[in-house]
Amino acid sequence: MSYNADEKGYYGEFGGAFIPEMLYPNTEELRQNYIQIMEEPSFKKEFDHLLQDYVGRPTPLYFAKRLSEKYNTKIYLKREDLCHTGAHKVNNTIGQILMAKKLGKNRIIAETGAGQHGVATATVCALMGIECVVYMGEIDIARQAPNVARMKMLGAEVRPALSGSRTLKDATNEAIRDWINNPVDTHYIIGSVVGPHPYPDMVARFQSVISQEIKSQLKEKEGVENPDYVIACVGGGSNAAGAFYHYLDNPDVGIIAVEAAGKGIDSGESAATSALGKVGIIHGSKTLLMQTPDGQITEPYSISAGLDYPGVGPMHAHLFRSGRGEFISITDAEAMKAGLLLSKLEGIIPAIESSHAFAILEQKTFKPDDIVVINLSGRGDKDLDTYIDYFKL
Amino acid sequence: MNRINQKLKEGKKILSIYFTAGYPKINDTVKIIEDLEKNGVDLIEIGLPFSDPLADGPTIQESSTAALKNGMHTELLFEQLKDIRKSVSIPLIIMGYFNPVFQYGVEAFCKRCQEIGIDGLILPDLPLDVYLQDYEATFKKYGLINVFLITPQTSVKRIKEIDAASTGFIYMVSSASTTGATTGFGHEQQAYFERIAALNLKNPQIVGFGINNAETFDQATRTTAGAIIGSAFIKHLNRFGIDSIPDFIKTIR
Repeated sequence: MSYNADEKGYYGEFGGAFIPEMLYPNTEELRQNYIQIMEEPSFKKEFDHLLQDYVGRPTPLYFAKRLSEKYNTKIYLKREDLCHTGAHKVNNTIGQILMAKKLGKNRIIAETGAGQHGVATATVCALMGIECVVYMGEIDIARQAPNVARMKMLGAEVRPALSGSRTLKDATNEAIRDWINNPVDTHYIIGSVVGPHPYPDMVARFQSVISQEIKSQLKEKEGVENPDYVIACVGGGSNAAGAFYHYLDNPDVGIIAVEAAGKGIDSGESAATSALGKVGIIHGSKTLLMQTPDGQITEPYSISAGLDYPGVGPMHAHLFRSGRGEFISITDAEAMKAGLLLSKLEGIIPAIESSHAFAILEQKTFKPDDIVVINLSGRGDKDLDTYIDYFKL
Repeated sequence: MNRINQKLKEGKKILSIYFTAGYPKINDTVKIIEDLEKNGVDLIEIGLPFSDPLADGPTIQESSTAALKNGMHTELLFEQLKDIRKSVSIPLIIMGYFNPVFQYGVEAFCKRCQEIGIDGLILPDLPLDVYLQDYEATFKKYGLINVFLITPQTSVKRIKEIDAASTGFIYMVSSASTTGATTGFGHEQQAYFERIAALNLKNPQIVGFGINNAETFDQATRTTAGAIIGSAFIKHLNRFGIDSIPDFIKTIR
């Protein structure tokens, strides 16, 4: 069984391109060209160069000594939090802005929830001098003011999504509508491994630099390329897709995907899509999603704004359904506690999304000689207000 | 013969009206359909509301959200429509997004449609290849015509594929836009209408998106079989209420 997308963009039964005809020419143009463009030497060269000199790659693979002692196993952290703009998101936006240039597009649109992908998109648009419009739910604009300000400083226009629940899924709808209205000159930079084919595969390929680096770094440090486990949090699933990518077809490497349980899976306020979702169509992809019995998409909840997406990328739906990946959900409280612990033991304040991945260490026992890689997808600066409120700091 | 094909054979310019089921009020569905037929409308698209209508502009987004808030859902729509064929004889199409149909079960959905007397479906996000591979046989089994969209950006090759897969009419989206976005047709649209007419497709075309009065209706139907009005009708209902349907139709023809 393969865990990568087939040529029509299916991961097992999930994926595909369930899009209105208005979007067909845009996605078809991308589908026909993305792999070829990504394989061009000039593209690779520019991508690698920017990842190195602009993003700051390779990011360190850090042996977390005190954390390892506490949990009596060997824990490595993949430091995506050290990327420019503070998270792994920029790996994808660098790739897609270069893709957009190759396709001759001169206008970029993006959706954002917490604002991380919006900032990463506004950043690369500033870098390339390309017009940038970021859609963001009206409610998210109000609760993520610093990232809105960042995007504005970077020259992007932030447009409020006023429809539906006025959060991430509605911002995505608005971005898609913009693309329908501007089919020729505009490229849509989706921020995760979601959306119609070829987006999930393209974004996973851009993020796959994470596991590519883990392999060579682990080889250097431990003499082996493969850890026993790779752990990553999953909202839409882009950092997880990147961290898992080069291990997908190697069954010796355990894959653990961590979802946000919010206030508890059965609380009605959760984003644990694998536990609560059913197969359906969201944003052009067939995948697991949280919905009413009648097929209306529902609003998820997590303390972490980056994990409250009602669907999950089709790659992850397939990893879950096939049993290749172990899916565990972590509550707000467990994640916050893990974030505080990492700060105190290692001097690293993680993004709350990433804190979910660290909470696995309390749930699951690893052997002393297991090598466990946790993808530290982002830093916690953006979440300070939430940490302050939560811990009364 | 399917009522859609029959209607198209009459040769007059088709006026098709879209409305969102469950809007303005939850129980308006049947009255709206009956009044539209009484006032000379040729074909009706009954909108099954969806939480995330990607291809729709603000007007239909709002009517959809309102309809869902009013409590509209798939089974309720079928219940409201169960006796519709006692009073209405023009073709009826259900238009919606694929996920609610998928959750109901495509076969079960199609079966209910046939029992009620629905003639066709428009599901913009059910792509051509998936339809042909997985659902064409089911649609045919229950006598349903599936209507595909084309846009000014659709390639001739793909238009021909869509024409080959169609058995009723082709829904011609007038411009690159979501619903309700454009006002008036310029040279660009006229050129597009003429370009499509010159292809001599086997299926007639009905134009949608951007038709809101007699002028745009006439422009859209010069080279095509008819035109569809959605957002403008919903705006009218919102402003003047459902007793004013005759007034709206009079502004079109």
